Amino acid sequence: MEIKRKNKTQLLSKIATNDRHGENSPYFDGWKAYDNNPFHPTQNPNGVIQMGLAENKLCFDLIKKWIMENPDASICTAGGVDKFKDVAIFQDYHGLKEFREAIAKFMGRVGGNKVTFDASRIVMSSGATGANETIMFCLVNPGDAFLVPSPYYPGKLCRFARDLRWRTGLEIVPVDCKSSNNFRITRAAMEDAYEKAQKWNLNVKGIIIANPSNPLGTTLDIETMRSLVAFVNEKNIHLVCDEIYAATVFDSPRFVSVAEVIQDMDCCNRDLIHIVYSLSKDMGIPGFRVGIVYSFNDDVMLCARKMSSFGLVSSQTQYLLASMLSDDGFVGNFLRESSKRLAKRHYVFTKGLEQVGISCLTSNAGLFFWMDMRLLLKEQSFEGEIELWRVILNEVKLNVSPGSSFQCSEPGWFRVCFANMDDETVEVALNRIRAFVLNRENQESNRSKRCWRKKHLRLSFSSTRLYDETIMSPCMISPHSPLVRAKT
Amino acid sequence: MEFTRKNRQLLSRIATNDRHGENSPYFDGWKAYDSSPFHPIHNPDGVIQMGLAENPLSFDLIEKWIRENPDASICTAEGLDKFKHIAIYQDYHGLREFREAVAKFMGRVGGNRVTFDPNSIVMSGGATGANETVIFCLADPGDAFLVPSPYYAGFARDLRWRTGVEIVPVHCKSSNNFRITRAALEEAYEKAQRSNINIKGVIITNPSNPLGTVLDKETLRSIVSFVTDKNIHLVSDEIYAATVFSSPRFISVAEVMQDMDCNRDLIHIVYSLSKDMGFPGFRVGIVYSFNDDVTNCARKMSSFGLVSSQTQFLLASMLSDDEFVGNFLRESSKRLAKRHHVFTKGLEEVGISTIKSNAGLFFWMDMRQLLKEQTTKAETELWRVIINKVKLNVSPGSSFQCSEPGWFRVCFANMDDKTVEVALDRIREFVLQGKEETKLEADKSQAQAQRWRKQNLRLSFSSSRLYDESLMSPHMISPHSPIPHSPLVRART
Repeated sequence: MEIKRKNKTQLLSKIATNDRHGENSPYFDGWKAYDNNPFHPTQNPNGVIQMGLAENKLCFDLIKKWIMENPDASICTAGGVDKFKDVAIFQDYHGLKEFREAIAKFMGRVGGNKVTFDASRIVMSSGATGANETIMFCLVNPGDAFLVPSPYYPGKLCRFARDLRWRTGLEIVPVDCKSSNNFRITRAAMEDAYEKAQKWNLNVKGIIIANPSNPLGTTLDIETMRSLVAFVNEKNIHLVCDEIYAATVFDSPRFVSVAEVIQDMDCCNRDLIHIVYSLSKDMGIPGFRVGIVYSFNDDVMLCARKMSSFGLVSSQTQYLLASMLSDDGFVGNFLRESSKRLAKRHYVFTKGLEQVGISCLTSNAGLFFWMDMRLLLKEQSFEGEIELWRVILNEVKLNVSPGSSFQCSEPGWFRVCFANMDDETVEVALNRIRAFVLNRENQESNRSKRCWRKKHLRLSFSSTRLYDETIMSPCMISPHSPLVRAKT
Repeated sequence: MEFTRKNRQLLSRIATNDRHGENSPYFDGWKAYDSSPFHPIHNPDGVIQMGLAENPLSFDLIEKWIRENPDASICTAEGLDKFKHIAIYQDYHGLREFREAVAKFMGRVGGNRVTFDPNSIVMSGGATGANETVIFCLADPGDAFLVPSPYYAGFARDLRWRTGVEIVPVHCKSSNNFRITRAALEEAYEKAQRSNINIKGVIITNPSNPLGTVLDKETLRSIVSFVTDKNIHLVSDEIYAATVFSSPRFISVAEVMQDMDCNRDLIHIVYSLSKDMGFPGFRVGIVYSFNDDVTNCARKMSSFGLVSSQTQFLLASMLSDDEFVGNFLRESSKRLAKRHHVFTKGLEEVGISTIKSNAGLFFWMDMRQLLKEQTTKAETELWRVIINKVKLNVSPGSSFQCSEPGWFRVCFANMDDKTVEVALDRIREFVLQGKEETKLEADKSQAQAQRWRKQNLRLSFSSSRLYDESLMSPHMISPHSPIPHSPLVRART
């Protein structure tokens, strides 16, 4: 059996037999726990609530309404079937012109109409997953490196690491960001990481950022963006901006695309600037695999387009979205309504958490928030974080994502997704967290804990009431509440 | 693409090399077509596209099915309640119903001799993505695959570009109808070994592109035992399986393996709906491996090229409809057979032979007699004449790495009947004109040519009459025809 196994392994490529696909990560346990025991309000009310999946389910009603009113957008309705043949045959890797135009327009709107995107630069890929890998294939040779500010998206299965690294042979050098300045990406941190890479004899080819950030849910300010652009220009390396959460911004400050920033920077070499976009998060349609590579470098654009043959968007889907995203009225309404609903959901959760002493990083975007559980750690270490995570998973029964899975340099942070469930489930989740925190808190006999309890038991956790500003508690619980010991 | 030195340093080696294959001179054919595409009314003198292996002959059947099955779409009133669930669904296992429908379809296409397991169905970005994915799983940069020639020009990109894997052609000869012989495989393998090239497998296309032939059982068994002996992989690209329109029937490698002592871990199939159903735009590629590790690896890689869930949903429904599928496969074969017949008969009647084929969306045309000299250069000259003067975009054999000059692949399924007639007329005129010139130059063949011309000018080129068997000429022009070969025609430049 051993020999057979060995023979089997030798049969395959190195790529097939290494671990860089990332699926052997311990964070798989969260998924297993959920898969074995998924929450259902009536059939399994004690099951695990999925809070580890950054999906946007809040606005399907708007999309469905549009589809009902626009049967010609489908090649399968009586109204559209005469287009079926042309669309089914269409495999040109430039993509349908109407699709590219609609996407360019949508990206412009999402960027606040501060920038016009050129439809002829739109290149398709299979989701953001495909877009990220394609860009790397264009820019790096095996063994080259990219700087990545942490915490960064690993996906449920170290996916970012996989998208960027697995088949490309790319190395990742994290740029450590700290909670002390809200995880801002500083010039100093970038320089530090760059020099570290040089010492390790790694050839740094660029830096990749996510704006808005996953997992932080924050947008980059113009100053930081300009600093990034200046940095890459000085080092003559690339800047890849993953802007797939751009339309999930629900509060100020507004989203600023790198495309907007470079408009006012004459010194910038545009050949270094590339954008990754997708409709999976902003529209909530990950199944449709709509990824976009938008590069300001013609050679990269042409190369990425050739590579898009390996992951084009289905022409059936291109056709539908070309129609939908060209409808200005629909798009305007969708973007407004989506932001509103995300804002509300975000508020309900963060307020609910504050009222039991759990704070979150102030955020204005994304489908998640970055929760500060440092005070609940038995010890300020990654082991302490994993212990707490297992408790949250197995006893509180919430599948949240621990910060270490995002390569966060500080233990105790958790990403919690809030847009993939209905309002009733939100309440159940909040109640569980409340019960967990209070229960832990009950174990303390500390005087300051008694005072704290007195202050907060008055609050109710009905989500509508939480959102009603007239009853908001004046107590704003800060991260400096007395320490609570985590149950093991 | 000219890269500035600065840009060259900015980009990867993959981005700056030529292995994407698009700098090939064969793009001239496409450029000629794009600059002046044929249209029966708007541009009757334009270039007719005969270089694209597309299959639009049976869309009427599909459109009818779609009208009758509105809940197969998530955009109709009947299907809209599924929209949310489908739009959110990104699991790389793929919709269960989709996998089951595809597995069933593959089984039917293989004549129901084999059952395919839906759990081994892995998605990819078309056959393009499937081929690349399989190579990523099986080979390291610098490794090589044996590929019998002539082979699909896109393999240069799909197998090699981003994988860094090499192709070692196994040259097949017209003298035995381009059969893949054990001897040829062994020879190519040994030559590679001597050059320190690590052969990881063989990739075959069955039915063949560009030949349009199916592999017989004996050849398949021979290839399976070859790879088993050498402990290397066999990738069988079966994307034209349902385009078989006459005997012999299609035999999948899956069927052959059933009766053989072989190492199943070495066998992998690439499938797609682009050719068989005519849906290249839908990007439905399938990797089907008998090696669990490869299946699992390919599945992880499928994240880089999943089929849109909207499309999975539609096809799950369509391909589960047994009656529709049965009717479609029968009717599609019939129409391909008819179209193939019209063309090949029409060509025979002006003395152009084609390799005897029973599948594919093209035929492999023998123009060796029209070459100035038996060289690739002469083939390219002839090709340019066909594109620029005859205005047909056909594909020269050298673009398929054919080792013998003078062969051309001609696609026949991607046009309507009227365009078929125009194309045939043009070829006829070209060949006859060529014969005219030769007649003036060569005295000896004059009488012979006259006789030949007398026989054939009586025939009309109405496609329906060509297909009417009662009018069929008793002359069956085969490569071994007793009819004297037409005299060499000098290619006009």
